[in-house]
Amino acid sequence: MRVRKWIVAAIAAFSLVTVLAAPLAGPHQLHLAELWRPGADNIDARIFWDIRLPRVCTSFLAGSALAAAGLAFQAMFRNPLATPFTLGVASGASLGACVYVGLGFTFTIFGFSGEIVGSFAGALLAVGLVYGVSRFKHGFTTGGMLLAGVAVSFFFSSLILLIQYMSDFTKSFNILRRLIGGIQVVGFDAAFELLPFVAGGVAVVISLSHELNLLLLGEDIATARGVNVARTRKIIFITVSLMVAGVVSVCGPIGFVGMMAPHIVRQLLGPDHRVLSLGAVAFGGGFLTLCDTLARTVIAPVEIPVGVITALLGGPFFLWLLMAGSSGRDVW
Amino acid sequence: MAGVPVELKGFSLSIEDKLILAGIDLRVEQGEYVSIVGPNGAGKTTLLRCINRIVTGGSGEISVFGRPITQYSQRELARRVSYVPQLDGRALPFTAEQFVSLGRYPYLGPFSAPGEEDRRLVREIMAGTGVTELADRRLDTLSGGERQKVFIAAALAQGADLLLLDEPTSFLDYRHQVEVRRLLERLNRTEGKTVLAVTHNLNDAVASCHRVVALKAGVKVFDGGPAELVRRDKLEEIYDTTFILIGQPGSDIPLVRPGEAG
Repeated sequence: MRVRKWIVAAIAAFSLVTVLAAPLAGPHQLHLAELWRPGADNIDARIFWDIRLPRVCTSFLAGSALAAAGLAFQAMFRNPLATPFTLGVASGASLGACVYVGLGFTFTIFGFSGEIVGSFAGALLAVGLVYGVSRFKHGFTTGGMLLAGVAVSFFFSSLILLIQYMSDFTKSFNILRRLIGGIQVVGFDAAFELLPFVAGGVAVVISLSHELNLLLLGEDIATARGVNVARTRKIIFITVSLMVAGVVSVCGPIGFVGMMAPHIVRQLLGPDHRVLSLGAVAFGGGFLTLCDTLARTVIAPVEIPVGVITALLGGPFFLWLLMAGSSGRDVW
Repeated sequence: MAGVPVELKGFSLSIEDKLILAGIDLRVEQGEYVSIVGPNGAGKTTLLRCINRIVTGGSGEISVFGRPITQYSQRELARRVSYVPQLDGRALPFTAEQFVSLGRYPYLGPFSAPGEEDRRLVREIMAGTGVTELADRRLDTLSGGERQKVFIAAALAQGADLLLLDEPTSFLDYRHQVEVRRLLERLNRTEGKTVLAVTHNLNDAVASCHRVVALKAGVKVFDGGPAELVRRDKLEEIYDTTFILIGQPGSDIPLVRPGEAG
């Protein structure tokens, strides 16, 4: 227990330091004294307040949401490889956003942009397809589900390419952004748009800590202990779809954060979701912020899309998980 | 709370057009220890899983403690009925103590941790089932027998009066078979738990229980005292194989052994 407290403190410190240090990193050296001096000509203040800080906030929120979403899926499907990205939910959300952009719609529903609504619909469609297909024949195997996820991912990505191919140049560029995740935001609008999805989604995932603990042990045990499995599953599907839709419509599909962050924290803190969910959310935020900081500084002034960085880290990580044991025993 | 612990009236269940249980009538009284026996695929496990709604659907009625199970929320049902599944190789990343504490789920709110009272109860139950020294061990590092006792402790943490067990002594070594059987007998005889256990071990079943129910191809083919079941014609009718009965000193119920054909 003592050791665990130190690990919790270390994770919190990592996130805090990353968030505080990230806005200071970049090709333009900031002078701290300048930041609070008003004036339109103050370049340092403009870079800090309008570009770097909003970007750090956005990436932290996105990372937290992806970690919470991944954590929930991993527990529910009892497999660390089962995340919204690997199961095609992110592609679904991208497709939804592309359909919105490609067809040139502009509408808002209850104050939410049509893009987010489209992403949400796409994410739900993917969840429904993957889950439906893998459940279709009573035998519900993780392998089958991952394959269905890959198939749905490819299919949706092809549809996105098709829409892109048939679009004009502006739309086409706009759609390209949906294929590669990146956090190019200016000002706090994106962060504010993301905030309700992340705050709400994370709160739901944390409130389901007991249920996630029990689902991790299997549906039969969870049911026997009093979990309404069907209802919990629906809540998780909708919550994850909303979070992923929010992130995808702002940043595009950013892969592997939802797999790596919860898994690393699980290795450190153990499987109890009452602690794990908080740790994963904090670590996920810090982790994506760090990746995004790398993305914009490594070969500055040129930016690498952050999705490329996470995929470069995530690909080998995925393979390592796959080889670490298919029984799941070695993996948890 | 009054009411018959388990009552099934004409319960039938089909899964994918295959009839699994056909018109089962079953009544388990307060404080009874009932064993369910029968060949593989007879529907024994499914019957247990229907009672606590792991398997849903079917026609006819299942009531626990005088109320149809469809009128309980899953959480309420878990406070009345607890369950020990069959031993299998699934990944169980929790420690024994964490796992037993999860049995308190039906009493916890969404953001609340188990309180002092819950923790005291968990310690008490773990001491009572002899698993205190396993508290910090991960479940998948335990032997089958140790694991089974932890599972029983976790089921007891649900605080339910009805205990459903799926092959509680299968796959255990002899010492643990005896320990688990004695534990179940004690829970039944001195702590007043009503027990409904699926088992393949006829000798075990008849030694512990008050009553045996036999299923064959989803149909109840026997319901009565152990002494009535342990007769060659009855057993051969249920299992479609021959048996040898060996009289044992100090007991009017003989030992059962599957015999060579002939």
